[in-house]
Amino acid sequence: MTGVLLAVMRRDFLLLLRSGGGFGLPLVFFLSVVAVTPFAIGPDLVLLARIGPAILWIAALLSTLIGLDRLFGADAEDGSLDLLFAAPAPLPLIVLAKIAAHWLATGLPLAVAAPLLGLLLNLPGPTLGAVTLTLLIGTPALTLLGAVGAALTVGLKRGGLLLPVLVMPLTVPAVIFGVAATENAVSANPVFAPMALLLGVTLASLVLAPIAAAAALRGAQG
Amino acid sequence: MRLKAERLSIERGERLVLRGVSFDLGPGDALVVTGPNGAGKSTLLRALAYLLPADEGRVVLEGMPEETLPAEHVHLLGHADAVKGALTALENLDLWAGLLGGSGSEPSDALEAVGLGHAGDLPASVLSAGQRRRLSMARLLVARRAVWLLDEPATALDTDGLSRLAHLVAGHRSEGGIVVAATHADLGWPGETRMVLGQAV
Repeated sequence: MTGVLLAVMRRDFLLLLRSGGGFGLPLVFFLSVVAVTPFAIGPDLVLLARIGPAILWIAALLSTLIGLDRLFGADAEDGSLDLLFAAPAPLPLIVLAKIAAHWLATGLPLAVAAPLLGLLLNLPGPTLGAVTLTLLIGTPALTLLGAVGAALTVGLKRGGLLLPVLVMPLTVPAVIFGVAATENAVSANPVFAPMALLLGVTLASLVLAPIAAAAALRGAQG
Repeated sequence: MRLKAERLSIERGERLVLRGVSFDLGPGDALVVTGPNGAGKSTLLRALAYLLPADEGRVVLEGMPEETLPAEHVHLLGHADAVKGALTALENLDLWAGLLGGSGSEPSDALEAVGLGHAGDLPASVLSAGQRRRLSMARLLVARRAVWLLDEPATALDTDGLSRLAHLVAGHRSEGGIVVAATHADLGWPGETRMVLGQAV
């Protein structure tokens, strides 16, 4: 069974690398959103440094959501989804393997690129470290929750637009605690509580989202 | 193994597509399902693949090993061929083998068996419709499964492709496999059982 799950991960990772826009597009989108914000806010370096973590988090959320409709959509269109149902492993774990591959190809690069883009927002060194850490912990939750939306909209023609609308409210806790943990890490406020809650959101999503997404995919078959 | 349908009825979009379909297939049996467009041939195959729940009656697969699910013993070759254009033919097969639990032929041998030995390193996006069909036929070989469900297997195949398909099916049946095919064409398989599904509405 482990072999099957690794095969699913390898497959999805390979497909994301090969298909245009799978791997690089969310990263470039992330860069674009972060780069445009200082132009909108103006040359107020103090203000930028203060709201920088929030901008990075919102940009990461948007970048995560834009690629997610392909998570199941591509497989549903060409019939590969039927094969996933026939694989000798439980469907929620197969879904989890797909999500893991998707996060490695799209979510992880966002967290890694965050310190570089933070420089555009005049963030000081410690804040760069803190925002990278919270994004590393938090982006899996964004991908996991997005996967539920992707599974729910898999049969719909314009699902790519409906997905962010469905998923964005669910991601509010992750955004709140992610930004709070980042800010508290570099100020005198206690950092443990928001960090623990952020981790809790990620762990809860890790358990519940694959089950919910698998149920939604099964339901779409009927 | 035995594949049984017991008074299988399935409703799709508030219309009864299958009405009390029953059959009992043992090792080496082949069932060819015919009927007009919309008669429920594809619906029957998807139900046999455990992709669609039955509204009445049931599908039974007897003689499975312990702790395996029926869906793990079934190959469904549907209209959508699951071929990824961004990958080469060989990579497609390789990934199917991994996904479906492998333990069949080597992907390169399977490609030879369907007459695509020369095309292994070509991107699947440049393959013709018939070649894609052959590629999905090779999927039957890279993962060994007892039940083959073939939806319009003759589509886009040339005479060479059809004879290779007949050869694969004969080989599978001689090893005790079960084949169910939905088709309009005359496949000419020896000893096949035929079933005609009802009129389209």
